[in-house]
Amino acid sequence: MANSILIKKSIITVVMLVCSVLFLLPFVWMLSTSFKIEADVFKFPIQWIPERSNGFNNYKEVWFGDYPFYVYYWNTIKVTVITTCVSVVVSALAAYGFSKVKFPFGKFLFMIVLATYMVPPQAILVPQFILFRKIGLFDSHFGLILLGSFSVLGTFMLRQFFMSIHNDYIEAAKIDGAGHWRIFWSIALPIVKPAIATYGILRFIWTWNDYQNPLIFLRTDSLLTIQIAMQKFTTINGEFYSLIMAAAVSAILPLVIVFIIGQKQVIEGIALGGVKG
Amino acid sequence: MSVKTELTTPVKVVKDAGKNKIIKEKNENLVGLFFVSPMLIGVSILVLLPIFATFALSFADWSFITPLSQLKWVGFDNFTRLFEDAVFLKSLRNNAIFVLTVPICMAISLLIAITIDKNVYMKGFFKVAFFMPYISSVVAIAVVWQVLFHPSAGPINQVLMSLGIKNPPLWIADPNFALISIMIIQIWISIGFNMIIYLAGLQSIPRDLYEAADIDGANAWVKFRNITLPLISPTSFFLFITGIISTFKVFDLIAVLTKGGPMNSTSMIVWNLYDTAFVNLKIGYASAMAVVLFIVVFGITVFQWIGQKKWVNY
Repeated sequence: MANSILIKKSIITVVMLVCSVLFLLPFVWMLSTSFKIEADVFKFPIQWIPERSNGFNNYKEVWFGDYPFYVYYWNTIKVTVITTCVSVVVSALAAYGFSKVKFPFGKFLFMIVLATYMVPPQAILVPQFILFRKIGLFDSHFGLILLGSFSVLGTFMLRQFFMSIHNDYIEAAKIDGAGHWRIFWSIALPIVKPAIATYGILRFIWTWNDYQNPLIFLRTDSLLTIQIAMQKFTTINGEFYSLIMAAAVSAILPLVIVFIIGQKQVIEGIALGGVKG
Repeated sequence: MSVKTELTTPVKVVKDAGKNKIIKEKNENLVGLFFVSPMLIGVSILVLLPIFATFALSFADWSFITPLSQLKWVGFDNFTRLFEDAVFLKSLRNNAIFVLTVPICMAISLLIAITIDKNVYMKGFFKVAFFMPYISSVVAIAVVWQVLFHPSAGPINQVLMSLGIKNPPLWIADPNFALISIMIIQIWISIGFNMIIYLAGLQSIPRDLYEAADIDGANAWVKFRNITLPLISPTSFFLFITGIISTFKVFDLIAVLTKGGPMNSTSMIVWNLYDTAFVNLKIGYASAMAVVLFIVVFGITVFQWIGQKKWVNY
């Protein structure tokens, strides 16, 4: 009996392994093509391991060619890291304020903030664009960072965690003479650290992958982030698929690393809040 | 005198305490506002203000390149034109068809979630594997699929031809297949998210229900039909609604792969809006589209609030 269950489980595992490999084939194809010479890209049957490797030259062209990825990488890292940090701070402050400090209209203000979450970002693009043009934030990293810094989702997620902190803790600290700032900094924040890590990783991934905001709010070539650069690179190198695949691998790689490091937080965070970028 | 002070002092103390309390409350109010103000200011300027502006602009005729003084108020003109606009109506229809990706993706994800929940080794690996497309950049993914779908030389059609299919579809180059191609990619991307949520939902189903069913001799299908499906319905409802809302936000895939073409076969509201505003520079008209989009999403959200109470079997 136990044996037959073991065998069944092993068979299903093998079947699922085959399914997941098929599922991931586009990634495998991308990786293998990025190392090929152009003439071999569409050779059939598909060469999963390139016979003639041109990987070094492909990646050199992507990183230091006409559209040098190291510039866009630096831009993207800058925008993503700063956005993530600012967004975490703003969300954590608001989440604490909305959950642990009582002030008039607190509930009402929170409902308003929460309600803005259902607004499709595309529905407010035009006024945002006009506003940014008027106040001089158009075509700057600062503007792009501002756009990603006020996350309703982050506030909502962190608020859930702050609410789980027992009020007795906070009352006790108050009696000891601690103000809200001290309580926030030395009691509440350390308790919700895992939640902050989860949200930080998710925000990092979403900002790195953001295509729409840089497309609309950036113009100058030297300011572009990796997603837009990737598309421009594709347009320019039209038929050089090996180069395009090398660019695609370069665009995805940092995320894969972040994801594998923070795998547990990401999956738990998604499952917990049912969050979606 | 001393009696008097003795009498008044306690009163004074109480009064002071009251004052202190008021001061403390005021402080607490200020502190509260201090904590939430960065968020409030940001949301007001970057979201609330633009919402009002969108509604206002939807009644205007204006273009980015002309000065603000050229703005003309045209009442409901934009909206009446909108519902005679063949491209916009086509976009609405495409959006409606695209919603089909949601139930299909949910069914596949539930199947995967149930399979890897209890029946496999290396559960962690499968979670990561199926989640990969979701965390990858849509632009990079779109570019990879563009090449995979290449009509003559692409790997997909090469495989199909080697399997004996003479005239495989041209995928994103064919008006009849372009939308379906994009839907396939969308499903592929979303499976990971749906699967993770379903896995979390499955964890919350009490095990003894299955054990009781085992004692009654129920087979796998009966257990699925009578235990798993009803008890997972809150999760399904959540995924259904968020899934539908997210189909109205699909932009990256279309912008990179087809730009709404060929022959508007993949144009959707959001793409149509972007094209009208930032390519054709018609601000008022694009704002009217934004208002329609806003109303549709608002309607779905209201439906969710009502539906949650009515249809979720818990």
